[in-house]
Amino acid sequence: MSLELSHFSAALVFAFFTSIVFGVTQRSTEREQIRYGLQCFAFFLLGTIAAGWAMWLLRH
Amino acid sequence: MPDETTSKPDSKRAEQPESKSAGEEPRPLTPMAIAAPIVGWLVPGGGHFLLGQWGRGLLLMASVTSMFALGILMNGKVYTFNTGDILDMLGFVGDIGAGLLYVVTRFMDWGRSSIDLATADYGTKFIVVAGLLNVICAVDAYHIAIGEKP
Repeated sequence: MSLELSHFSAALVFAFFTSIVFGVTQRSTEREQIRYGLQCFAFFLLGTIAAGWAMWLLRH
Repeated sequence: MPDETTSKPDSKRAEQPESKSAGEEPRPLTPMAIAAPIVGWLVPGGGHFLLGQWGRGLLLMASVTSMFALGILMNGKVYTFNTGDILDMLGFVGDIGAGLLYVVTRFMDWGRSSIDLATADYGTKFIVVAGLLNVICAVDAYHIAIGEKP
């Protein structure tokens, strides 16, 4: 069995699981954990989109 | 005339160690503080289970195991101990962070020894990062065990 994800979906899956671990381990209260996890996910997502556009601009 | 730039930091420096030692008492090293990070390293989330943190443990176990499994499914490379290449050795350090997941993977001969596709390279990163995240989980279990984190 083999799995082939696109670049963006691989980055999304990566961001999802990494944000959960960061949220749970880096904050103490449940509310802070959810907030920090969502924040990390948003930063990962925005970073991915920004990097994509940066590469597009470099190419053109 | 006294030099203000040197006298002020000196007085601050003299105060700092006292206030730090008065505020922070050394925490005793309990058997749980030793067991939790070791179990947490061997089994993702296991350290948190040992400490009764079931919710956190389940989330960490699901996240690390899923990332590792997805890396294997994406035909990611599983690094071995000593191939002579420094980058491979660093990859091995990341992989071994996954604890028993890595041992089982090597035992079952899952994953690839070389990369053929771009997505397989992502898989390699998923496996390495899963291991590194598991180390963070083990350290977190230690902090909970010594009472530094609720």
